[in-house]
This record gives sequence, structure tokens and C-alpha cells, in this order.
Amino acid sequence: MTRGLLFSFIFHGVIIALTILTLPFMMRKPVDLPPIISVEFIQITDKTNIPYAPKARKIIEKVKKEKERVVSEQAPPAAKAKEKPDRIPLPDEKKEKREIKKKKQNPEEIKPQIRQASEFEKKELFDPNQIAALIDKAKEEQAETERKSNKLTQSNVKNSFAEGLSLSEEDALKAQIFSCWSVPLGLPYDKNLLVRVKLKLKKDGTILKSEILDHERMNIPGQSFYKVLAESALRAVRICQPLKVPPTGYDRWKDIQLNFDPTEMLKG
Amino acid sequence: MKKIITFILICIFSSKSAHSLVKVDITRGNLDPLPIAVSPLYVDTKSEKLSSLEVDDLGKNVSKVIENNFRSTGLFNPLKKDAFVQKPDIAHLKPRFEDWRLIKAQALITGKLLIKDKKLKVEFRLWDTTAAQEMLALSFTTTPENWRRVAHIISDKVYERLTGESGYFDTRVIYVSETGPKGQRIKKLALMDQDGYNTKYLTLGNELVLTPRFNPTNQLVTYMSYFKNMPRVYLLDIETGVQEVVGSFPGMTFAPRFSPDGKKIIMSYAEDGNSDIYSMDMETRVVEKITDHPSIDTSPSYSPDGKFICFNSDRSGLQQLYVMRSDGTQVKRITFGKGIYGTPVWSPRGDLIAFTKVRKGRFYIGVMRTDGSGERLLTENYYQEAPSWSPNGRVLIFYRETKSDSKGKGHSAKLWSIDITGYNERQIKTETDASDPSWSSLLSK
Repeated sequence: MTRGLLFSFIFHGVIIALTILTLPFMMRKPVDLPPIISVEFIQITDKTNIPYAPKARKIIEKVKKEKERVVSEQAPPAAKAKEKPDRIPLPDEKKEKREIKKKKQNPEEIKPQIRQASEFEKKELFDPNQIAALIDKAKEEQAETERKSNKLTQSNVKNSFAEGLSLSEEDALKAQIFSCWSVPLGLPYDKNLLVRVKLKLKKDGTILKSEILDHERMNIPGQSFYKVLAESALRAVRICQPLKVPPTGYDRWKDIQLNFDPTEMLKG
Repeated sequence: MKKIITFILICIFSSKSAHSLVKVDITRGNLDPLPIAVSPLYVDTKSEKLSSLEVDDLGKNVSKVIENNFRSTGLFNPLKKDAFVQKPDIAHLKPRFEDWRLIKAQALITGKLLIKDKKLKVEFRLWDTTAAQEMLALSFTTTPENWRRVAHIISDKVYERLTGESGYFDTRVIYVSETGPKGQRIKKLALMDQDGYNTKYLTLGNELVLTPRFNPTNQLVTYMSYFKNMPRVYLLDIETGVQEVVGSFPGMTFAPRFSPDGKKIIMSYAEDGNSDIYSMDMETRVVEKITDHPSIDTSPSYSPDGKFICFNSDRSGLQQLYVMRSDGTQVKRITFGKGIYGTPVWSPRGDLIAFTKVRKGRFYIGVMRTDGSGERLLTENYYQEAPSWSPNGRVLIFYRETKSDSKGKGHSAKLWSIDITGYNERQIKTETDASDPSWSSLLSK
């Protein structure tokens, strides 16, 4: 009796321990919600390059004399602005990239003839280079935001892959297939129009294998519309490939099921 | 014991590697017409030459008819032939799908024809270019003069394969051809293919003819004419041209319609000044009164199963639509909207009733469910009426008159078709002015 009880305790203990160690939901960490980052968008208009009236030019000349002072007060140093990369460089290529950027970025900023007769000029506060510096600063901030958001996305991806695709990834995939799917118009919308397509995908999003899950419905009398609908769904995924899938986590999405159902759309 | 523990352990460890399948719901798509390529049919070099037909162009002409049929549906977008890379003879044997995908064709029709022993043999294939697979392959043999019908039959087969519902291209329309000034119209019965070709006139125009209707086998037509100012119903065999008088009926405004089995006709006429609905057995010619009401009951039409009849009546004060059992019991009003409703016709699919509605001096063609719900007005105009269903219940044909000016000029009557979705409204070309169309069922079933 005592021996049996002992075995039972040991056996159940082992089971519980293994469950805690192995089942994924037991080990799941709480979702780490990233902080909300506000991003300010600056619109750049075409008007920057418009030549200005002679009167305005005089004002600009006057402003030019005080340029150094104004720039030092209003804009960040030019060199700093040029450090801003368009994308986040890898640590080992960072220095080299910066040098390239210096050559490419804002080549117009030293041209004194490009001026704008705006309210700022009238107030003798305007400088085109100042705007350029502001744009650079904005880009720098944007790059910083992107860097942060990239980190967030990666962690998001990590979390979401435990369950499937993240909302944005799912939306991107849906939007892609929406555009490829030509819905047959003769469908009876009062019948079950759900077509389930199972796909095996390659890493680049191309289709390795496609399968209609309710295949037997195709041969049921009076359900000829289902065959047409299923074929249209298959056509859609073939036209769409490569599908827009996340760059990582292949094991999670290599098998994917698409549920095509036009009922809502047809009912309007 | 050890085995059980091992089994449990395997189950636990394998559960870690298992994961739920990613599922994505696709609830929207595009409603753009399906891009389809119709390659000209390859004419076999062994084909005999015919004096009545330009055999070399036959393949091209067949493909043009198919293209026109598809374009008229609004569901397909036939691609321009200039863009085709592959020649018809090779395309029919083995299409290079990459070439067809390149021009965005999702479906491809290829074919071959041969005239031998004064017989036309046509074979065609339908291909899914994205799956690189054959979807359909059929062959027909007929007389060479029937080449347009062959094109219509191919269109029907492809339409059915790609949409899941039967086609309506191999059909005919009977209508009243109208010529002459408005006050002195000469009206003849005319028969044409649904695309407006092959028009034949069935009467000479000596008498006024009205509202022709096909029987279910498309062999017989009923129509109404006047004899000594009395409406008279005729039965015409369109193949032999033999006519038969069914009877004279006072107060009749529309010719009878056939029951779905073709054994009865249903009509309305006035007896003792009161218009009611009657049915007649075509074998015994026994007439049975179906409604008995002091109001004016007209325009009866059977449901496709023959169990119900829809008609219009002014028993509520205004002309509205009603549905009853075919024996005249369980009369139920189905329209309650503003305006006057008339000419109800039950869809061959049984799900909808088409009607004409008049409101504030404007005429509408619309559809509603058989219980009167879901009314949708498809088109509105100065004057239009007499909708008739295509055999698949997807398209309506009707006629529309234009207003004449103060001098009485400018009046015309034309046939139009519209999809039940309200899109794709098209005028059907006829040799003369036309009214009172009636669409046949499929000639090749």
C-alpha cells in the first residue's frame, strides 16, 4: 500500500515537473508591452526651389550676413546633421556609411541663390540651410524611432509567432490576397461558401504545395459552385505568390490555412 | 508500466514541437471581370473549301462570337488578340502558360476545327493558366452553317465551368418587330439569337401582334392578336410555321404563359366585365377559373416548380403584386411599396420575381424575393416594361421606349438587357424597333 502510494507520488511529481518544463504555455512570459512612441511627420513641399523676386533677394542677402549667428542659434551643426543615416547601419559598416552620407546628403544646402520669400525671411530669421538642418534632424529622429520600432517589431514577432502571425503581418497577407482573388459572381450567397486552402510555403513565400481541405464537396451534386469557388481561391494564391510572409519564424508559418469566404462581400 | 510511462513522456515531449496552424480569413476579393484569352480556333489544313462560308476565317469568327458573348456578361474581360504570343495551332496542342500568364490571362480557350464530308467538327479546350491545367475539353460535329451556334455552345460550357451556373448564350429571343410611324406601326413576330444575329420574321405584319411567349421546349410560341377587335390567342410552331387559334378572349391584355411542364397555359381575361385568372389544359382545352374576385387580376406567371402563381391585382385599391398557390388558394399580397407594380415574372431559379414599377411618372424594372422582401430597382427610364428572364436567372431582357418630340418624331423602342445586380445594362441590336421580348430556355440542354 505504502509502496504503491510512493510510486504514485513519484510518478505524478515527474508528470507535473515535465509539464511545467515542456509545455509552452506554462513557460510563457507575460507580454512585454512596448512604450508608445509618438512620431512627428514633417512634410516637405516642392516650393523650396522656386526662385524669388529681387526684393526678396535683397532681404535674403541681408540675412546671409547674419547667417552664422542664426544658424548657430536655430540649427544643429551641419556635420551632426549629416551623420544621420537613412537606414540603421551595422556596427562594422557604420563609419564607412557615414562618410558616404556626407557626400550625398543635401548637396544643395551650400547654394546661396536658393531662397524663399516667406514670412520667416521678412522677419530676417529664415535660412534655407536651417530648413535643411531641421529636415536632417527630423530624419535623425525618424531613424532613431525606426531603430526603436525595429527592435519592438522583432520582439513583437517573437511573441506573436508563439500564436501565429501578428495583426500587421496578417493584414499585409490579407491585403495581398484580396487584390489577387477574382470572386466568381454567380455564387449562391445563402449557401456555405467557405473554402479552406492549406498551403505549404517556402521561406520566400512561394507555394510548395496547396490543398483544398473540403475537397469532397466538389463532387456533391448541386454544389458545382463550390468547385468554381475553390478554383478561384487556388488561382488567387498562385497569382499572388510569393506571399508576403514575415522574414523570420519560418517554422511557424510554413504551413498556413487560408479560409476564403465571400459571403459577407456578396451580401453587401 | 514502463511502456505506459514511456508513452506519456513521448506524448508530452511531442506536444512541445506541435503548434497550431496559422489561419487567415479572406473575406474580400476583387469583382473585376476575369481576364480570359480566346485564341482563334485553328482551321485544319485538311478542311474542305465551301462556297457558302469563308473557311479560312471561320476559326477567327468563332472566337469573335465567343468573345462578344463573354464581354456582354460583364463577368469576363476577353483580352486583345494583338497581345497573344502563341499561334493558335500550337496553343491548342500545348499552351505555353508563361506566355499567357504574361498577358494576365487567367483562363485560355483554344480550339481546332475541321470541315470534312460537309460536316463541321469543332474541338475546344479550356485551360487554367495559373495552374497550368486543362479544365474542360469537348468536341462537336454539326453542319458548317451552324458555326454561330457552336460558338454559343462553347461559350455556355466555358461560362458554366468558370462561374458554376449554366450559361444563356445558346438561346433565342422572340419579340415584336416594329416599323413605321408611331400611329401606324407595322408589328411582326421576329426571332433572333440572343446576341441579335440570325433574325427571322414569323408573321407578315398584316395583323397587330402582341406579347409572344415561348413554351418550355422552345418549339411553340403563344402570342396575342386581334380578330374583329377581339383579342385572340394563337399558337405558332416556329419550326414548321403552322399556326393554331387557341381561342378568343375578351379583355385580354397579355398572351398566356406556359406552365413549367408545358401542359397548361395561364392567362387573364374579362368575363362579364371582370378580369380574372384562368388556366387552360393544352390537351383537353378545358379552361379553369383560378381567381374569382371583383378586382382586376392580370399578368399571371408560374413559379418554376409550378406550385405557385404570381400576378398583379388592384384588389387593395392600387395595382400590387400577389402570390397564390396554383389552385388559387392562399392568396398573399407581397408588395406594399409606393407606386404601381405590374408584369411580374418568376425567375427560372425560383428565388426572385422581376416586375415593372411605375412611380411619379417614371418606369422601373426591378426584382424582389418571392415573399416581396429585398426589392431592388435595377433601372429607371421614361418608359420601359415587360422583363423576361434569361434561362439561368441572371439577366433580364426588357424593352424601352424613348419619348417622341412635339412633332411626334424621335420615338423608338429598343431591347435592353441588365444583370440582376443592376450592372451591365446593354442595348441589344435589332434590325428594327423592338418590343415585348421573351427569352427562350437553352436550346442545347
